[in-house]
Amino acid sequence: MSDMIDQVTVFLENRKGRLAALCRALGDAGVSMHAMTVADTTDYGIVRIIADSPEKALDTLINAGFRAKLTKVFAVAVPDRAGALADLLEALDKAEINVEYAYCFAIEGDIAIDVLRIEGNGNVKDTITAAGFRLLEAHEIYA
Amino acid sequence: MSTDNGPDEMTKKCWDEKYYQPEIERMDQEDLKLLQLERLKKVAEHCYRNIPFYRQSFDAVGFNPETIESLADLQKMPFTLKQDMRDAYPFDLFAVDVRDASRIHASSGTTGNATVVGYTTSDLENWGDCFARAIALVGGDSTSIMQVSYGYGLFTGGLGAHEGGNRIGATIIPMSSGNTKRQVQMLKDMGSDILACTPSYAMLIADTAVEMGYDPATDFKVSAAILGAEPCSEGMRNEIERKLGVTVVDIYGLSEVMGPGVSCECRYQDGLHVAEDHFLIEIVDPDTLEPVDEGEWGEVVFTTLTKECSPLIRYRTRDISRIIPGECACGRTHRRMDRISGRSDDMLIIRGVNVFPSQIQQVIADFSEVTSYYQIILSSKGPLDHVALMVETVPEFSFDEVRRIEDLQKRIMAELKSNLQISVEVRIVEPKSIERSEGKAKRVIDLRKAGE
Repeated sequence: MSDMIDQVTVFLENRKGRLAALCRALGDAGVSMHAMTVADTTDYGIVRIIADSPEKALDTLINAGFRAKLTKVFAVAVPDRAGALADLLEALDKAEINVEYAYCFAIEGDIAIDVLRIEGNGNVKDTITAAGFRLLEAHEIYA
Repeated sequence: MSTDNGPDEMTKKCWDEKYYQPEIERMDQEDLKLLQLERLKKVAEHCYRNIPFYRQSFDAVGFNPETIESLADLQKMPFTLKQDMRDAYPFDLFAVDVRDASRIHASSGTTGNATVVGYTTSDLENWGDCFARAIALVGGDSTSIMQVSYGYGLFTGGLGAHEGGNRIGATIIPMSSGNTKRQVQMLKDMGSDILACTPSYAMLIADTAVEMGYDPATDFKVSAAILGAEPCSEGMRNEIERKLGVTVVDIYGLSEVMGPGVSCECRYQDGLHVAEDHFLIEIVDPDTLEPVDEGEWGEVVFTTLTKECSPLIRYRTRDISRIIPGECACGRTHRRMDRISGRSDDMLIIRGVNVFPSQIQQVIADFSEVTSYYQIILSSKGPLDHVALMVETVPEFSFDEVRRIEDLQKRIMAELKSNLQISVEVRIVEPKSIERSEGKAKRVIDLRKAGE
């Protein structure tokens, strides 16, 4: 699915210094991160990263001993205004598309990028486009 | 109890020394050895005549039971292993017809077959006598009230203690285990003098009593606890003694050999007097199987001297202990074994349940989401053992959502619970965080003793 982008997902135990070690490994390999979120539980966290070079990030992390995988997610350009994300999610909801998780980051001033992980495919692209939003392509994110 | 000095802790220990069978418990060592020799000859012939397994194993090493002249001849006899008992399932190691047995007990057979043991009426009387000695040595007699909070059933704890209570003529409250608040209420309302259960359960009963607003050390009449079926650290003993206001004696036994009462501590709490009129104890080097010097540590081996239904010759318990040299101030002449310091194999005793790491391995092998590397961490959470199992996921496992990981944890936990009857916390850890070893992998980290 070319309209999806690669997110690097890393399983991290809640141990002192693990997140720093992860970032250092990527930094040393010259990988730059655009976004990072951590879903944390008592014993472990799941780190989700949008990086400029996902393949390289993945190889780097696996070689450094991390449990890492690539996950396909949607990146949507959302106008930086109140209610814009609500519009997008309502449109998905109406089309009965379930969002597993979502997070935002901004690259430029007036556009926020929303990353959506969606279970199953459905007509995600069409739904998003019909609602007036634009799906970002890999080269727009990674570059 | 003989003393009626109220609940003060000091006075509780000051009962007169009592013996249930003084003529046996204080028997001269030389006379005891003669008794043992006579009984060893009998049991060896009994085994040879009535159990094909022993006929074959004796013949295989060229041992003729009629040639026994001294206790040293025991060394010529072959060992019996737990696996031999499993292979004999159900009755192949019985020396009498199962219909002539009075009762059957069995260990949990979660891997392979259970080990089944039978008792004739005489066996049950002897067992009861062994446990009754424990009741007497904590000051109990026919006027005592004893609450039995060991599980009743195929497990030997409940009915073994019960049998002991019967033999000495005590009043028995057969609570079995479970429903802890009711245990506390009965312990208080019945005015029991003696509590018999596992150490961890005694601790739970004590803590529950405190939660219910009692101070069992002063509010309850109980003055002694006969605790067994699992290891009890000295720290745990002290805590139970303080909380319940009791003297704790450690009782040892295993169902293969009989059940609780094979050996028991006296008030001096310095080793467990082995019922040497019923059991021959040997301590051997687990590698060479040669006897160790007196006082040295090694694997405990028992030969039953009086059992009719399920006699055992040189049964390797895998428990590590030693004979404590010297006489005991209590007046009992039967030698003392030290408290079990470990196992010669890797069997774990978790909340009184025997668990082999291999059983855990079997369970996780069925989960394609995890690798075969695992580690078990045992710790104490309050009075109970806590078990954590660390596993690593395979690279293919999709962990992108928390619920996938939680789902995996839950499924492994449920499988362990149904297979091993223990609750295990499953922790998913990062790859390579479980130690790889070229030799014998350290699969078990036991932190339970660290808190002493």
